[in-house]
Amino acid sequence: MTPNTEVYQLNVNGKKCEVRDAWIGESLLYVLRERLGLPGAKGACEQGECGSCTVIMDDQAVCSCLVMAATAIDTEISTVEGLSVDGKLTDVQDAFVNEGAVQCGFCTPGLVVAVHNLLDTSPTPTDIEIKEAISGNICRCTGYGRIFEAVRSAAATRQETNK
Amino acid sequence: MTVAVPTSLSDALAAIAQNPAAQIIQGGTDLMVEINFNRRKPTDVIALRRVLELREWSIAKDGSTITIGAGLPYAQMEDDEIARLVPALAQAARTVGSPQIRAAGSIGGNLGTCSPAGDALPVLSALDAIVHLRSSTGARNISVHEFMVGVKRNARAPDEIIVSVTLPIVTGWQGYAKVGVRNAMVISIASCCLAVDRTNSAIRIALGAVGPTIIRCRATEAWLTSQLDLSSVNTVSTNLLKEFGDRVAQEAKPIDDHRSTAVYRRHAVSTLAKRLLTRANTP
Repeated sequence: MTPNTEVYQLNVNGKKCEVRDAWIGESLLYVLRERLGLPGAKGACEQGECGSCTVIMDDQAVCSCLVMAATAIDTEISTVEGLSVDGKLTDVQDAFVNEGAVQCGFCTPGLVVAVHNLLDTSPTPTDIEIKEAISGNICRCTGYGRIFEAVRSAAATRQETNK
Repeated sequence: MTVAVPTSLSDALAAIAQNPAAQIIQGGTDLMVEINFNRRKPTDVIALRRVLELREWSIAKDGSTITIGAGLPYAQMEDDEIARLVPALAQAARTVGSPQIRAAGSIGGNLGTCSPAGDALPVLSALDAIVHLRSSTGARNISVHEFMVGVKRNARAPDEIIVSVTLPIVTGWQGYAKVGVRNAMVISIASCCLAVDRTNSAIRIALGAVGPTIIRCRATEAWLTSQLDLSSVNTVSTNLLKEFGDRVAQEAKPIDDHRSTAVYRRHAVSTLAKRLLTRANTP
C-alpha cells in the first residue's frame, strides 16, 4: 500500500479484497463483517478478551478486533468461512457437532479457527496444549468439557486419516 | 486519517519525524481497544508491524546482556533461548492475555502504553533494563526507571520510536507472578518480579499494578541483603518471610479501582513476593 491512501487491499481466504470508502482506522473484524460480507468472525467484547473474533493471520491466531485492518495489507488472513472446502464441514466442525460442543453457537467460529490453528501447528496436542490453545476463547454455555472432547476427537480422527 | 505502514526502521523514523503527532501502533492490543470504544480517534497512525528490525533479539558478544526488539511478540519469548537467559521475562510473557494476544503484544507496546499493569514492566524494572529510543536525528538509551514517569506516561519524545530493551543476563533464581480474576486472559490486579543476582549478592524486587507506575522495593532489597547471604540458597524462616511480606506491602501504593481494591492489592502483592522469595530459596 502506498501509505496514506484510503483504498487498500487485503488477502482474505486466498482472495484479494479491495476495501474502499472506509474509515481507515477500522478494525479487521469490522471490515470483514461489514465491508467484505464475512460475518463468521463474531464481535462481542471488542477488547481481545473473548476470542469470538479469532482469525488466522500469517499462520497465527489473532483477535481481529485488535488488528487495524489497513495495517494488515500483505498478510494472509483466513476466516472461518475459508476453512471448509466445497461447503463441507471441516473435521474440526464435524467433531464439534458430534461431541455436542455447540450450544448457543456464538463462540463457535472463533473456537473452530483457534482449534484449526492448533492442529495445523501441533497435530498431536497434549491436554495442557489444548487448554492453552483455547484459553483465549470464552464460552458461556458449555463449560468447555465438550469443546475439549471435540478437540481431542478431531486430533485423533486427523491422526487416523493421515496414517 | 492516514495510516502509514513502513517496512523499515528508517522509513518509520522518517514518518514520525515528518509527523510527530502521529499515533504509533505495534500489536494493537491497547490502541485498538481505545479506538473500538470510541475513547480515541487518532488522526494519523504509523504502524510498526512490518518493521522486521524491531522483532530481532541478540546476545552481547561477551554474553553479559540480551537486547530484545521492541516489536518481538510475547509468543516468541515464552520458551527457547530467551526463557533460559531471562526466565522472569519468559514467565511474564506466558501470563500475558491469551495466545491471540501474545501473538500481537510486545515489550514496545507495554512500554509505550506504560500501564502499571503491563506484565513485562516489573521484569524490566527488577533487572534495571535500558530502553533504546531512536529518532531520525539520533539515539538515546535511558534507564527504564527514568522511562516510566507515571500512569500511562513515559519519557518518549514525540519523534522517537522505542526500538529495543537491553537486560543483563544474571546468575540466580528469578521469577514473575501475578493475580487476576482467572488464570488465562487476565489483566494483573497485582504482580511481582523477584530476581536474585548471585554474583553481586543482590536481590531485586519490582511490583506491578500497585502504584502509578512500577515500584522498585529498594528499602526491602537493602533490608533483605542484610538478612540473607544472597550468594547462595538460604533457609528462610517464617518470621523473616512475614517481615519481608510486610515490608513489600509497605512499599506498595495501591488504589481502589474497577479491577480491585487497595486493601486486596496490598495483601496480594505481599503474598506474591513471599511466594517468589520461597521459590528462590528452594534448593
